[in-house]
Amino acid sequence: MTINGFLQIALYLLMLVALVKPLGWYMARVYEGQPAGLNRLLAPLERLLYRLFGIQPDAEMSWTHYLAAMLLFNALGVGLLYALQRLQGWLPLNPRGFAAVTPDSALNTATSFVTNTNWQGYSGEATMSYLTQMLGMNVQNFLSAATGMALLIALIRGIARRSTTTIGNFWVDLTRSVLYILLPLALLVALVEVQQGAIQTVADYRAVNVLQPQHYAQARTDIAGKTITDTVQVTQQWLPMGPVASQVAIKHIGTNGGGFFNANAAHPYESPTPLTDFVLVLAETCIAAALTYTFGIMVGDTRQGWAILAAMLIVLVAFQCVAYWAEASGNPHIAAMGVDTLASNSNPGGNMEGKEVRFGIARSALFATATTATSTGAVDAMHDSFTPLGGMVLLIMMQFSETILGGVGSGLYGMLIFVIVAVFIAGLMVGRTPEYLGKKIEVYEMKMASLVVLIMPIIVLGCTALAVSTQAGTTNTQPAAHGFSEVLYAFSSMGNNNGSAFAGLGANTLFYNLVGSFAMLVSRFWLAIPTLAIAGSLARKKVVPAGPGTLATHTPLFVALLIGVVVLVGALTFIPALALGPIVEHLLMLQ
Amino acid sequence: MTIVRSQIRPALVALAVLAVITGGIYPFLVTGLAQALFPYQANGSIILGKDGQPVGSALIGQQFDDPKYFWGRPSATAPAPYTAFNPDTLTGSSGSNYGPLNDALIGPNGSIQQRIRALHAADPTNTMPIPVDLVTASASGLDPHISPAAAEYQVARVARARGIAIARIRALVAQHTAGRTFGILGEPRVNVLELNLELNTLT
Repeated sequence: MTINGFLQIALYLLMLVALVKPLGWYMARVYEGQPAGLNRLLAPLERLLYRLFGIQPDAEMSWTHYLAAMLLFNALGVGLLYALQRLQGWLPLNPRGFAAVTPDSALNTATSFVTNTNWQGYSGEATMSYLTQMLGMNVQNFLSAATGMALLIALIRGIARRSTTTIGNFWVDLTRSVLYILLPLALLVALVEVQQGAIQTVADYRAVNVLQPQHYAQARTDIAGKTITDTVQVTQQWLPMGPVASQVAIKHIGTNGGGFFNANAAHPYESPTPLTDFVLVLAETCIAAALTYTFGIMVGDTRQGWAILAAMLIVLVAFQCVAYWAEASGNPHIAAMGVDTLASNSNPGGNMEGKEVRFGIARSALFATATTATSTGAVDAMHDSFTPLGGMVLLIMMQFSETILGGVGSGLYGMLIFVIVAVFIAGLMVGRTPEYLGKKIEVYEMKMASLVVLIMPIIVLGCTALAVSTQAGTTNTQPAAHGFSEVLYAFSSMGNNNGSAFAGLGANTLFYNLVGSFAMLVSRFWLAIPTLAIAGSLARKKVVPAGPGTLATHTPLFVALLIGVVVLVGALTFIPALALGPIVEHLLMLQ
Repeated sequence: MTIVRSQIRPALVALAVLAVITGGIYPFLVTGLAQALFPYQANGSIILGKDGQPVGSALIGQQFDDPKYFWGRPSATAPAPYTAFNPDTLTGSSGSNYGPLNDALIGPNGSIQQRIRALHAADPTNTMPIPVDLVTASASGLDPHISPAAAEYQVARVARARGIAIARIRALVAQHTAGRTFGILGEPRVNVLELNLELNTLT
């Protein structure tokens, strides 16, 4: 580990915290329908959209109404993305003439992008037409993010309001998220991306002559069934093209993570410089972090937002340091071959398998923890090649159930459910009815919160168990404990709508496409139902004035309690599984 | 059911209209701005040779195993190293994705030992420890860079193969070395293709 590495982590943290207040304030203005700068330009467009939708923007919805609108909209989104992939061979903007995607892969990808997971069983540059990327992936990058943000705002209204049956209008929250927050930020990041070297064109792929021609041997079977080895000459390199920067910008801002290319943000055309890497990490965490301040404003006490953010950032930074340490320590088997793995100003050192030189160890560890904590799932290094403990940190970040920043919107509503659990546990300790921000937490809320907390581990562990006990789930894994880690990682990723992978697992199979689709749908939408139910129930309640027995939820004590609940629930559930995978592998590595 | 029915029109229209805005207007607006403001970057940072023909991209590495060139990172793309896209096999960017204990990585015939043997065969007298990035595959398989240490490891070999003084080669490497952004972000690095193109202009 180097001082420079820690400086990079510190600089990131500083920039993130500096963005929280301005961005959080801006988003609160947007969702409360107050002037916030861009509305001079965009308000006429917003009003036009509502007229086209045929809705009254000030007609509010009950929680069931809100849920129905959200589910219907997302179901249609799955249909659109599925259709685009199946029909792309006949549609324009397909310069490479890519054929239709297979039905199971198309279904998996459609659910993956609509659920904000962005798990990818395909290789972008070799599968998807420009039209599918733009009108399919790119659209869901915006809309799934906006859906998550809308759900969060509905829950916040439920907490903030009293004695009412409505929690806002889904179409208004959705539209405002897209127009006022996601689009302007995406435009900004996209231009930074291009300036640094990310590509943005709809022209065809191009071939260039290489400086040193190569040849390689390729085996084929002739008509008689004999194996013949051909020598193939390589004199040209094909460079893939595409509207990349626009898609990369929103895939990070919306915590989606689905790469334009197979190598995702490790591809030099997606993230060409250390600066773009820095901006992308900041982009994928800034909205989630700033929403805590938005929450504080909307419930009338910004200290509440800061307390939640403090809990998130303490956990995030602690695990970032662990991942950095693990990757900088490297692989002792490689060092034993006489390879120089000591970091210096001329050598990145550490575990460089699956990492890019321009990013090095510190940036790769920082990026990997941020992308797994936030449910983004983009990668700038191959997680499968991380050291066992480095990889375990990434597994744990996902298994925290999107509470450590998490996806845009979905992260904070996930964390607020854990806040309710923490308040409840504290109430049990002192024998008083638990309350949060003046609302009594009663049996109904606890039942719903328990559902949210329990569904995810059941999906993750259940699907992992199914996969490792069947032929279909284990044919394409690497040997020994690492193979188990790959499967556990796959379902931790899909079961938490993350989307990153231990990509050595051959996951574009019928089994993983179908079971994965199921896991992603359940973990996104089944969790949304109890969350909205809590919003509806809290909105109906009266406010109880705070008394001497009320637990203060903005103090360091509460931050510690919240971290304890998040860590205990996460750790207790998954420690046995982690012991079988990364922990065993770590012990073997040290042998 | 009336709740659901009342939402069908908003759902259909919202999806259609927002798809046009975010999947049509937005990417084409970015494309227009990118092509107007940053055409070199937006079209792939293509390096042109003396005859005006493209000779590669400044951002996408190429495969080198001739002793007279600097070698880049090992690449795990299929079917050949540094395949950014292959229209026949439909493959592209990729890491090795080997776990840290995989025999294919650290075994006696694993990718690291193979690379060490190749480096030693090209330069048998070199006893320096090999920098780690020169034996490990990059994440994209297209990494255009190596570390300054990995370039220094190869300077003497390239100088000998070309019959040029070591000091001149070393100076050229220094010219093509980029530091950390703002002195903090990322790692110092050498662009291999640009360096090798420049080598060919030396006499």
